[in-house]
Amino acid sequence: MEYLPNIIFAIILIIGIGYFAKNVKKLIRNIKLGQDVDVSDNKSQRWRNMAMIALGQSKMVRRPIAGFLHVVVYVGFIIINIEVLEIIIDGLFGTHRIGLKVLPESVYGFLIGAFEILAVLVFVSVTIFWIRRNIIKLARFWKSEMTSWPKNDGNFILYFEMVLMTLFLIMNATDVHFQALNSGNVVSQFISPWFSELQETTLHGIERGAWWLHIIGIFIFLNYLYFSKHLHILLAFPNTFYGKLQPKGQLNNLEAVTNEVKMMMDPDADPYAVTEDDGEAPAKFGASDVQDLSWVQLLNAYTCTECGRCTSECPANQTGKKLSPRKIMMDTRDRLEEVGKNIDANKGEFIDDEKQLLDTYITREELWACTSCNACTEACPVSIDPLSIILDMRRYLVMEQSAAPVELNNMMTNIENNGAPWPYNQMDRLNWKNE
Amino acid sequence: MSELLKVPTMAEFMAQGKQPEVLFWVGCAGSFDDRAKKITKAFVKLLNKANVEFAVLGTEESCTGDPAKRAGNEFLFQMQAVTNIEVLNAYEVKKIVTACPHCFNTIKNEYPELGGNYEVMHHTQFLKTLLEEGRLTIEGGKFKGKRITFHDPCYLGRANNVYEAPRELIQKLEAELVEMKNCRRNGLCCGAGGAQMFKEPEQGDKDVNVERTEQALDVKPEIIAAGCPFCNTMMTDGVKAKEKESDVEVMDIAELIANAQDL
Repeated sequence: MEYLPNIIFAIILIIGIGYFAKNVKKLIRNIKLGQDVDVSDNKSQRWRNMAMIALGQSKMVRRPIAGFLHVVVYVGFIIINIEVLEIIIDGLFGTHRIGLKVLPESVYGFLIGAFEILAVLVFVSVTIFWIRRNIIKLARFWKSEMTSWPKNDGNFILYFEMVLMTLFLIMNATDVHFQALNSGNVVSQFISPWFSELQETTLHGIERGAWWLHIIGIFIFLNYLYFSKHLHILLAFPNTFYGKLQPKGQLNNLEAVTNEVKMMMDPDADPYAVTEDDGEAPAKFGASDVQDLSWVQLLNAYTCTECGRCTSECPANQTGKKLSPRKIMMDTRDRLEEVGKNIDANKGEFIDDEKQLLDTYITREELWACTSCNACTEACPVSIDPLSIILDMRRYLVMEQSAAPVELNNMMTNIENNGAPWPYNQMDRLNWKNE
Repeated sequence: MSELLKVPTMAEFMAQGKQPEVLFWVGCAGSFDDRAKKITKAFVKLLNKANVEFAVLGTEESCTGDPAKRAGNEFLFQMQAVTNIEVLNAYEVKKIVTACPHCFNTIKNEYPELGGNYEVMHHTQFLKTLLEEGRLTIEGGKFKGKRITFHDPCYLGRANNVYEAPRELIQKLEAELVEMKNCRRNGLCCGAGGAQMFKEPEQGDKDVNVERTEQALDVKPEIIAAGCPFCNTMMTDGVKAKEKESDVEVMDIAELIANAQDL
């Protein structure tokens, strides 16, 4: 019986990490449903981007208030997690504050003191975040795509962090031995008097309770990530690494099209030549569903934390059009999850469900409202590229379905016939000289 | 005036066995749109004044394919691109200048993969170079002290990180450069990009160009400076929609510089 807590802890640890690992595997499987794309170039620039944008939060702070608060929560979260290491060792081996045994008391006190201060700062920042979402009601958190789940998700994350920080401070405040040391209890010494009326056994009970709830809470939070927009705390790193390096205005040239165009332009090409049947279906142009997108675009979708900076900068959205770049990303993730579940339910094979990203999730009206101005990609703090998805879906509409708006069809016919988007004769191109 | 314009074509240069210093890519708007043609002519006047040996493709020029690509017609884009690249490479073009940020972006960024490698400059960058080399002088003239705000074209600014060349030229006019609420990398689109120029906007509660024009009018400019023929159209329409055309003019930077010298 003596080892019961250790065993229970080990079981919780295994379940907590095991379930998370299982979902990470599923996450990687889903992302790999995307088309392959070569992003092996320019490694040094990619590492730099990751260091600057994800680790260094360079784009977060462009909005100073949200950026500053986010840095506090981010730094606090990472540093306080050092404490989790001690909790896991204590839990597995039945020790109590192993750090005190391996570190000089002053060092340990310094560390815990820093954690306590950060815990308070995180708590305050998270509270301000909550107020911005729910009391001030910043417009970007109340757009139409922010339905009940995205709104709740945002708030749940904030509650989680408030509770975890509170439990950490209560755990320290009710630890009689730790308070007696009077080193590192910079914040908890002020909380501890609230419990001074209680007997030592009750106090010990509260301390243990807070300790267990804290670590169980962390495991629940870890496993919540996969289902939440909070996944960005992990995926921001690969996403900024694989993010676009070319100038923002450069849209990719489709290789499949290049091959066809080259053949058409080749005077030696034999139009009657029998092409070898390699058994492969002809390449589909553009994207109508998530599997047509590249795996980087799917990684983008899982990375999106629905902050809405893209949508708040989007000229179409600002002027009341249906397009919201954030919704493009949310829809892509939702559809990808649906496809993933379909595969799970059908023994590893996707069975057509008569749904697709186009129309079922993203309407044509949204796609045609984009001005390709790159405000969304400029605004995204983690290098997500909604424009590339919009373009790929337009490509499908135009090249597979010939379903462009009629005015655009006219424009394209003009280019085809007379080399200009308007119906002017190419031979008149230099007339301006003499007008 | 117009008979003074010297606009040689690449074919003419070729016939003389010469290469121009730079190819001026006029673009569809610059060739056909009445408003944009004035920008083209203003830029040519400046090139003539600075004695730049330039040439145009004339009737051999064709749409870069930008609006087709952004509309999703990659096929048409690449057909246009490959055709243009064949012409450009046949003339052994090395350096291109254009007054259209869409042509600028497409030729600079999307042509190299298809076999077209050129040094591509926006006309504001090119004018700035002429100025620095002492080949062109800029005087304020009638624009001295005027309040001018610059609207960043998306395809020059965010798309290619060119923010300062147009501003430096405006400052050389000794004008008062005022910035809108959204400028440089936060610049708000005029609403024409992504092939929107050629279609009606989707249902909304306002047109993008009106929103952007309101931002411009907020800083009370006498002139809204543009660096893109499409932005120019959109902002001009916006100013008309706000019934401010008697107070505020929309002008391209090349026009500002040319007009200041009464060219």
